[in-house]
Amino acid sequence: VSLDLETVKTIALLARIRVADDQLEGLARELSSILGWVEQLNAVDTTDVAPMTSVAEMTLPQRDDVVTDGRYPERVLANAPAAIDGFYVVPKVVEP
Amino acid sequence: VSDPTHLTLADARRALASGAIGAVELTRACLDAMAAARGLNAFITETPEIALRRAERTDARRAKGVPLSGLDGIPIAIKDLFCTEGVLTTAASHILDGFAPPYESTVTAKLKAAGAVMLGKTNLDEFAMGSSNVTSHYGPVKNPWGPAGDGRDLVPGGSSGGSAAAVAAGLCFGATGTDTGGSIRQPASFCGIVGLKPTYGRCSRWGIVAFASSLDQAGPMTRTVRDAAILLQAMAGHDPKDSTSAPVALPDFEAAVGGDIRGLRIGIPTEYRIAGMADEIGALWDRGIGWLEAAGATVETVSLPHTRHALATYYIVAPAEASSNLARYDGVRFGLRVPGATLDEMYRNTRGEGFGAEVRRRILIGTYVLSAGYYDAYYLKAQKVRALIARDFREAFADVDVLLTPTAPSDAFAIGENLDDPITMYLNDVFTVPTSLAGLPGMSVPAGLSRRGLPLGLQVIGRPFDEETVLKVGSALEAAAQFDARPRRYRGDTGVDSRRGTS
Repeated sequence: VSLDLETVKTIALLARIRVADDQLEGLARELSSILGWVEQLNAVDTTDVAPMTSVAEMTLPQRDDVVTDGRYPERVLANAPAAIDGFYVVPKVVEP
Repeated sequence: VSDPTHLTLADARRALASGAIGAVELTRACLDAMAAARGLNAFITETPEIALRRAERTDARRAKGVPLSGLDGIPIAIKDLFCTEGVLTTAASHILDGFAPPYESTVTAKLKAAGAVMLGKTNLDEFAMGSSNVTSHYGPVKNPWGPAGDGRDLVPGGSSGGSAAAVAAGLCFGATGTDTGGSIRQPASFCGIVGLKPTYGRCSRWGIVAFASSLDQAGPMTRTVRDAAILLQAMAGHDPKDSTSAPVALPDFEAAVGGDIRGLRIGIPTEYRIAGMADEIGALWDRGIGWLEAAGATVETVSLPHTRHALATYYIVAPAEASSNLARYDGVRFGLRVPGATLDEMYRNTRGEGFGAEVRRRILIGTYVLSAGYYDAYYLKAQKVRALIARDFREAFADVDVLLTPTAPSDAFAIGENLDDPITMYLNDVFTVPTSLAGLPGMSVPAGLSRRGLPLGLQVIGRPFDEETVLKVGSALEAAAQFDARPRRYRGDTGVDSRRGTS
């Protein structure tokens, strides 16, 4: 496959990563080359093969649905770039 | 003890137990060695205050005759991918600027509870994505075996390159690493040390910065096989906080070291003799086969037919999982924030500036292969091929007890080499990735020197949760190889790399 610049822009938007316009072309080339390389898998016959989703052949363990941790918001917020009154602060998302 | 940093971990353990040396003395020797070797850039953060405080407590406990464990007072280094409470944890990424976790990873908490002394956090490829350590936001690590004859500095391998360099240069008695596609084993091979990736599920992933959750696994990096067994014992074990942590009992790993390998069946996968393999890698492999035969093992050829598709499978599965795991870096809860007029713009600015080129590349690949219309063609297909790769191993292990392969296709390359094309760099992991996809234990043992005088490792691969046989065979290789070469920049050997540290 060969990704065009619009597709790269769309992927970057989906991934929420700003990519400078002058880097799009190089990136398109790199990504196309990697995707072209991984497409070798099309040659493998996987008829009737179940996808492997985990190495561990076990049932996911379940714990009791109870609160076991918490009540220290100041520690949770200590690493926030912006916090006030026990909340994270982000740019305004609702227009008045 | 003249220069205690030259001791193995097992010897340091004995010296502490007998009172021949104190933990503070041992720790100071390591801190001095680290200061003299700062030019290697092996550490992102040094933690001398924490180290000395813990060592003082060890000495107090030992004076009273109540050590926490055999590891009590042993100085070790921690890959900067493990969250350490109150200590900067970066994953070598700009996007985690200033992040001091409010909690301790399970593996480092276990090491702490055993009394191990943390010297600092080691450098790595950004988010553990790389095979050379050059993608670190904190700059590349230099391999202590370098520079090469042409004067160029060499990579230590990656992603656990700082840990490998620190162990090889005698700055610590062991280090933690993590391995997603070879990140413990390939740097171990490049730096002439032992690196063990345990079975997936053996060590808890809780508190380790996630890269690809179905593949990530922590393990020990040390100078000897016995040391790896000792360190693994303290790192491993079931943890309810990691749902993929295996609820299985731990054997006594150290007891397996030096065991009899007579009658063991060693498998040699034909598909690993790849086209264009360097002569010296093939020759080393043949020597390894001879050593194991001489020690009484039987050797037979096995086939792992889907080997040649492992790298492509990995470079779909790992980026897909990474793109999902790394969605959490959004400039809201921790680390870097680059302002934007809207929330969305803030996300995009932060992630655009915070991620390096390789991480960005993998997130974009992962986003693409998981996106609507492409999921089946790429991701689902890769999961199916992964099932075939795992089946190949299961069938091989019906006939043999372990597999023997080279660890990496070459010796250490120069910093800046292999950068033109991402796929060239990915090929470094050709022998380690299949094991990761199948979740099996694999260990690299230093086995010889290349023509350029650089270390080369051999890899022993075992059945799930059979690290004991891996350690047993690894120690037989170690005994036969008699690998006692030391890097040129082994502590104090040259002033070149100490300039930055002492100025």
